[in-house]
Amino acid sequence: MEILEIQNLTKTYGNQKALSNLSLSIPKGGIFGLLGPNGAGKTTLIRIINQIIEGDSGKVFFKGEILQPKHISQIGYLPEERGLYKKMKVWDQLVYFARLKDMPAPLAKERVGYWLKKMDIISWKDKRIDDLSKGMAQKVQFISTIIHEPELLILDEPFSGFDPLNAEIIKNEIIELKEKGITVVLSTHRMESVELLCDQIAMIHRSHKILEGRLTDIKQRFRPNTYEIKLSGINTTLPENWNAYPVNGVAVFSIPLGQDSPNGTLTKLMQYGEVVGFREILPSMEEIFIQQIKNHSYE
Amino acid sequence: MNKIWLVIQREYLSRVQKRSFLLATLLTPLIFPSIMGIFLWISIGESENPSLQIIEVVDENNIFFIESSEQYAFSFSKISTEEGKKMVNEGDRFGFLYIPKIDLSNPSGITYFGEKNPSMNLISFLESSIKRRIEEQRLFESGISSEAINAYRTEVSIQAITLDNSGEEKVTDATVNYAIGFLAGIMIYMFIFIYGNQIMQGVIEEKSSRIIEILVSSIKPFQLMMGKIIGIGAVGLTQFLIWIILIGGISSIVMGYFGLQMPQQQAMELANPELGEMMDSQNNLQNILQVINGIDFIQLTLTFIFYFLGGYLLYGAFFAAVGAAVDAPSEAQQFMLPITIPLLIGYLGLFVFVLNDPNSNVSFWLSIIPFTSPIAMMGRVSYGVPIFDLILSMSLLVGGFFFSTWVAGKVYRIGILIHGSKVNYKTLWRWIKTN
Repeated sequence: MEILEIQNLTKTYGNQKALSNLSLSIPKGGIFGLLGPNGAGKTTLIRIINQIIEGDSGKVFFKGEILQPKHISQIGYLPEERGLYKKMKVWDQLVYFARLKDMPAPLAKERVGYWLKKMDIISWKDKRIDDLSKGMAQKVQFISTIIHEPELLILDEPFSGFDPLNAEIIKNEIIELKEKGITVVLSTHRMESVELLCDQIAMIHRSHKILEGRLTDIKQRFRPNTYEIKLSGINTTLPENWNAYPVNGVAVFSIPLGQDSPNGTLTKLMQYGEVVGFREILPSMEEIFIQQIKNHSYE
Repeated sequence: MNKIWLVIQREYLSRVQKRSFLLATLLTPLIFPSIMGIFLWISIGESENPSLQIIEVVDENNIFFIESSEQYAFSFSKISTEEGKKMVNEGDRFGFLYIPKIDLSNPSGITYFGEKNPSMNLISFLESSIKRRIEEQRLFESGISSEAINAYRTEVSIQAITLDNSGEEKVTDATVNYAIGFLAGIMIYMFIFIYGNQIMQGVIEEKSSRIIEILVSSIKPFQLMMGKIIGIGAVGLTQFLIWIILIGGISSIVMGYFGLQMPQQQAMELANPELGEMMDSQNNLQNILQVINGIDFIQLTLTFIFYFLGGYLLYGAFFAAVGAAVDAPSEAQQFMLPITIPLLIGYLGLFVFVLNDPNSNVSFWLSIIPFTSPIAMMGRVSYGVPIFDLILSMSLLVGGFFFSTWVAGKVYRIGILIHGSKVNYKTLWRWIKTN
């Protein structure tokens, strides 16, 4: 079942298109990567899902119902531009945000206590945001996003501003949330986190969706059909177009298969020496991303 | 509705709990009475220990006599003008009044010499003394004796009484009404500016620190705006209430210490001894009390609270819209004109028209149009205003509030999400037109 179904969504600012006829379905559970360069329309899409702005035309369904204000309490949102009340105490601030999302006060307090302990900042609960380090403030910000136990969590560049240690903590939290059955939409430029976390992705470029699907399927689709080979005990000269340079008798190189099957190539390889490694090279998300943007920019 | 209540609570508590709020609330009322206290202390010191100013008078006609007061003594002699000037120069005399031989029907050439510029009070005192003497002299010359003149001299003071519809009579005194209208108007004017500014600062804070994006994903911008306006209004009311209580309390302590019951009258007498003599203080005090009794304080207080809040709410929405349209407080100046101009018109109108003639046409319109009425109407209410005018003005103010909030809400809704782009009046107009 889809937690979010977007149909033919269009949004125009003046004469600039932010979203053109965009359709997207985000399945329940799992982590959905929303990719695209700056200005592609990601933030507009996220704002529409959060009901901050409205689309010009098209429909958005949340769990099969037309998106409406009552769904606000089931969505959590971490904007790219972070912000908290600087003069407000951590505790008061989190309780306030939870209650704004319709959580009753006693439950809100209980959850704030739980999360502050979990994130190891309970001793800072009476400090003002002003007095916290940037990393700590980011943790508070993250808590504010999930404090009301949303079913859908939208994270816009969640790792920016964190040092590697804290980024790891947040990453683990995201995985834990996913395991609890919460759907996470992750909008980011950092492709390594996409590869690590996302089950499914959609790529938006210049207000259009240019790519959508399961991460593994996409990688398969864009594989260059190239294999990495490790050869030892080389007894004859290798064909020149293999670009192999044996070092200490072991050569590591990649060859495009072309029309050959992997097995056919292996048989050929055996004539030259001992095959100690044979592995298909899959493209990184980074490469696919750059390639896709380039391809669509010339259209 | 529940969410507006949450915003109101946050806006209220986050401000009231601040140390600066506590300081401003406690110190401001101390400043007024202490300034007043110092002023009284100085003037009391002066009146207890008056340094008598001697003025030399030379009268070529031999008919003038000027009575000395606590402040001035007059010594009459026959010295020459040069000698008189010299005495002033050397500091032997405070001033020198020279009255040459004059034609009583057309007196001219009377001159005062002084080292300092004489006060208006002194000059008018001298003028009235001489004038009275000339009049007496001329009446005497036409055959009326001075006894007869004294017998006919009468003191008149008019007591004004207004009749209301039920035929009840009330003693009025324009001065008291003036003071009440003046104070109420100024308080509303100040309240709108001080707390309107806080609304604007609050909106800019939320916008520039980007909390707004989180907030509007949980609450409608309009609810957020209203919550903020109401919350800050409540802070202002709290502060004003504390001020009134503290100023009242401290003032009465200060007055009590100096043993003064009627500070204004005392101060007036100190400044103008002649006026003080002319006023029968016992009578006057009674009169003022009677006037105060005649004022319907419940009506006055209720209308004050209504216009106080109505004016604040009407302009509060505009302040919020300005805050939403800019990125930093320094940019807000360019949009302040539409707020400042009508407020200033109301403020100046209160002094120039309303307080002087509460029933003139200009006063009527100033007190009806919602943008000036919160200030101007207070000037009329203190004198008593036809119930029809009051109802018309109040309903228009309520309507004006809905209108301003509707317009401001549109600007606010779009403005809070726009960062880093130049906004001008044309852009604002486009925002208002968007649905």
